[in-house]
Amino acid sequence: MLAILWKDLLIELRTKETLASLLLLGLLTLVVLSFAFDPSSPLRAAAAPGVLWVALIFAGTLGMNRSLLREREHDCLHGLLLAPLDRGTIYLAKTAANFLFMVAAQIVLLPLFVFFFNLPLGSTIARLTPVLLLGVLGFAAVGTLFAAVSLRTRAREVMLPLLMLPLAAPLVIAGIQASTQLLAGEGLDAVAHWLRLIGAFDVVFLVVGWLAFEYVVEE
Amino acid sequence: MTAKTLTDRILPPATLAAMLAALYLVFVAVPTDEFQGPVQRIFYVHMAMWLNTFTAFAMVGVASLLYLWRRTPRWDRFGRAAAELGLLFCSLGLATGAIWAKPIWGTWWTWDPRLTLTLILWMIYAAYLLLRNLAAEAQQGATLAAVLGVSGVVDLYLINRAVYWWRGIHPAVIVNREGGSGLADPLMRLTLLICMLAFFLLFLWLLRLRLSTARLEDTVDHLREQVVPTAF
Repeated sequence: MLAILWKDLLIELRTKETLASLLLLGLLTLVVLSFAFDPSSPLRAAAAPGVLWVALIFAGTLGMNRSLLREREHDCLHGLLLAPLDRGTIYLAKTAANFLFMVAAQIVLLPLFVFFFNLPLGSTIARLTPVLLLGVLGFAAVGTLFAAVSLRTRAREVMLPLLMLPLAAPLVIAGIQASTQLLAGEGLDAVAHWLRLIGAFDVVFLVVGWLAFEYVVEE
Repeated sequence: MTAKTLTDRILPPATLAAMLAALYLVFVAVPTDEFQGPVQRIFYVHMAMWLNTFTAFAMVGVASLLYLWRRTPRWDRFGRAAAELGLLFCSLGLATGAIWAKPIWGTWWTWDPRLTLTLILWMIYAAYLLLRNLAAEAQQGATLAAVLGVSGVVDLYLINRAVYWWRGIHPAVIVNREGGSGLADPLMRLTLLICMLAFFLLFLWLLRLRLSTARLEDTVDHLREQVVPTAF
């Protein structure tokens, strides 16, 4: 498992293409959604957590599509499947790699978000980090599974968001709600039920992905 | 396979009879609701849609699980037929609900937890059917769709919690009239019962028809592959 994770990270370090496109898309989403809300309006502050999450979702979807498409080019997936490994392990390695990519993107996006929305730097980052980490893990879990599913369809790039977003609805709702409350200055215990919900989502989809990946990649 | 079973003989006339009885009850016999007026009559149909929708979606979940376990095409056909019907009745339920809500609540749509949940379910099963059609290969599509079908059911509880908490912070704007107390007249309860029965029979009949069509499609595909091995 670590070998696959290492391979993915190494490719990324050498080419930097996934991370670069992920970051740029995240930044673009932040900017475009900022156009949607009048900079002087109080609505803007209320919409800020939503904007951050939408940027995260777009960037994440793109990144996960890339991650599995790369395995398809030159038939790398076949090679991976021939390895004497449990399919569930491949899934976990892929999920871990996607998780790390999204965290890396998040490390850059979060300060930009603070910058564009004029928020206090230190406290925003400290407050949002636990929610974002849990949320990103959930996205990686459900996204990796359905990226593998959409890889097997004709309309690959479109299918991933169509399959993943409705299923990720609880994650999106919980993440945005928790972030809004945290940014409004409430403590972690006030959003504990949202965090538990995200945690439950993470566990559920890691298990479903681990069990179901075998069916998805089989020939 | 072509011989009609007893169920096939009984279902269509039974559905017709129940449907006629339901029509008579809804439009003629049942008293008009005191507060809501005639528009409340759509409720009997609306409620019947939800019984079918949730039965169908539960069937998709069970069939998906059984398909992944047993890998028999039968369960796959079952899941597909149930998903199509579930989506149909879900759409009708949303539509009748909106028609009812406009005069009563003053809006077509509210982000009420139940409505939100239903909309998310609608999207999941729409994606399920799309996935089947866009899969590179039919056999593969069946497996992939089954994975989604299982995920949908697993996700149901989480979606439910999320939407209830999401809207739960706000005071309830709408007094729910769907409770038993809303149907004061015994004839109203009878109408609801007959209506649900009628649409449930219709659902079973459509399900059987869809299943036999799917079976025929599979047979045709199979035969075609034998006759013209290269064309598919």
